[in-house]
Amino acid sequence: MAAYILRRLLWGLVLLVLVSLLTFVIFYVLPSADPAQLRAGRDASPATLHEIRVSLGLDRPLTVQYWTFLRRLVLHADLGYSYFSGASVGSLLLDRLPATISLTLGAVVVWLVVAVPLGVVSAVRRGTWVDRLTAGGALLGISVPVYWLGLVALYLFASDIGKVPLLPGAGSYVPFSKDPWTWFTSLILPWLVLGSTFAAVYARLLRGNMIEVLSEDFMRTARAKGLSERRVVWRHGLRAAVTPLVTLAGLDVGLLLGGAVLTETVFGIPGIGRLNYDSITHADYPVIQGTVLLAACFVIVANIAVDVAYAYLDPRVREA
Amino acid sequence: MSALEQPSPAAAEPVLRVEDLRVAFDTREGLVQAVAGVSFAVAPGRTLGIVGESGSGKTVAATTAMGLSRGPRVRISGRVLLDGEELLAASPERLRALRGAQIAMVFQDPLSALHPLLRIGDQIGEAVRAHRSDASRAAARARAVELLEWVAIPDAARRVDAYPHELSGGMRQRAMIAMAIANEPRVLIADEPTTALDVTVQRQILALLRRLRDDLGMAMVFITHDLGVVAETADEVAVMYAGRIVEQAPAHELFAAPRHPYTWGLLRSMPRLEAPAGAALVPIPGRPPSLIDPPSGCRFHPRCPYVRERHREVEPALEPVAGALGHRVACLLSEAERRALWARLAAGATPEQARAAVGQAAPAAAPPAAEPPA
Repeated sequence: MAAYILRRLLWGLVLLVLVSLLTFVIFYVLPSADPAQLRAGRDASPATLHEIRVSLGLDRPLTVQYWTFLRRLVLHADLGYSYFSGASVGSLLLDRLPATISLTLGAVVVWLVVAVPLGVVSAVRRGTWVDRLTAGGALLGISVPVYWLGLVALYLFASDIGKVPLLPGAGSYVPFSKDPWTWFTSLILPWLVLGSTFAAVYARLLRGNMIEVLSEDFMRTARAKGLSERRVVWRHGLRAAVTPLVTLAGLDVGLLLGGAVLTETVFGIPGIGRLNYDSITHADYPVIQGTVLLAACFVIVANIAVDVAYAYLDPRVREA
Repeated sequence: MSALEQPSPAAAEPVLRVEDLRVAFDTREGLVQAVAGVSFAVAPGRTLGIVGESGSGKTVAATTAMGLSRGPRVRISGRVLLDGEELLAASPERLRALRGAQIAMVFQDPLSALHPLLRIGDQIGEAVRAHRSDASRAAARARAVELLEWVAIPDAARRVDAYPHELSGGMRQRAMIAMAIANEPRVLIADEPTTALDVTVQRQILALLRRLRDDLGMAMVFITHDLGVVAETADEVAVMYAGRIVEQAPAHELFAAPRHPYTWGLLRSMPRLEAPAGAALVPIPGRPPSLIDPPSGCRFHPRCPYVRERHREVEPALEPVAGALGHRVACLLSEAERRALWARLAAGATPEQARAAVGQAAPAAAPPAAEPPA
């Protein structure tokens, strides 16, 4: 298992280099704003522009630029400095990471707490009003864009602009270390919004798996043993139905840790996604590269974690 | 087995008694009458073999007796008595308490019947703890090891932590059996327990089931499509066709003097060492009938080589065979005719030859042509 994980990690590194190259190419090949121009401000003289270009290393050939970036990253773990603010990209990412992690983990809790019971109950009672209601809710959750849902939530419940001012609105996020209570309340709306869109999808997926599992022979065996119906469904059934979903959930968590761009933007949460969004509007290449690489890292690690978890959850996979 | 030579149906009071059991499933295509009035009884220490093709209703009858086929689209009537207690009317909670404790079941394919993600020991321990809430996890585990040893799984202390896929087919079925007998039930229903196994393993499993039945004094219901397996296991045999019992007899009597044309067909389609040389295996023509719209009269008439006009209208009842204790048959042919026909068949004649020799006129329509559309 250790050798397997090591091999996967090495492949992950190769993938990261490819991702960084792709990000680099896309930034320079596709039309984008001139970073020097943005940094110099309006009406800068050509001399100033040139000076900035030289200082940022933008005058050198692209291959050299990429090589320099890669060397600094590998040798010094240095992602460079923001064209826009001059801050080190590494420190920017570290600053933003706690907000993204807070958002993601809370959303995961919401989505599991909602999706698992809904999925199981609508499978066991399929065709009843519970099932139809969750089907409708899920359809809504799947089809509605998360930013729209976020705006509606703010419009309804935010303490500043909401019709029923219940919860802190956009831009109210404070770090946990500063004020845990405000941290918590400010994240409730984003958690619910982000979590419910995932919950909708997962409830439906779980329902589908569960319906299949309910007709399995081993469920009949469990009943024949004299187990209570609750135990048959929630232990024997759920265990089998939820396992395939772990893969998907792991990958989704990895993606979210890379930044829930839309949710963070709508709610003004200073996370990785928001940083990514801002860096793109500022043509801030080093920060774009940093956020993209971080997201790629999370996805790669999530992939490996999911495979390991799956081997743990399904003993049949272990030997394979 | 001495029990075979001296059948004594009245030796003990039956522990499981099924009376006029009817089970129908309400489907989109119509009402499927899977079991249409079936009665049988099994005494402790005895084995009843239920034989029939797939779709004959044998599994449905058994799962219904276990209370496992209840549902909004299932219509059940009749009586199932376990030690005199009526099960069809029992509350779900009462049924749950009896299942796995008083009446247990072994299923056909242990790979799909065991939970693939749970350890064998946990699955067995669960069966123990379901009926003994005071049993600790450790006690249940110790009991699981003991049970695995009992069903002759080598190295039980280690195998208790194995997952089903880590065991061979025979071992899995042994584990399944260990789970079923965890609470030393009074009735064990074995539903095709050897069908998914290869022949040498089949014999071992049959021997194991016989041993356990004798050790525990269980009444056993053995469901199979394989008459050879029944010959080895059962004291009494019920042959099912299209949801009914068409013939029922002590095992030796059934093999020596079968009385129903369907049983003849089953026997002739089974390879036997004592069969006359050159006697070919003869499949029964046609297919099992639709249970939504079963044939009128005798349900076997569309496939019966000896069918007469009257058999299409009159429904035969399961009636005692004169002079044969405990032998009952549902057939409209006369006893003399049946005896004569079987004598020819047993000597190697084809159904046509037998029919001609007995002087029976050819049926109005060739039997397979009357087969209902599948």
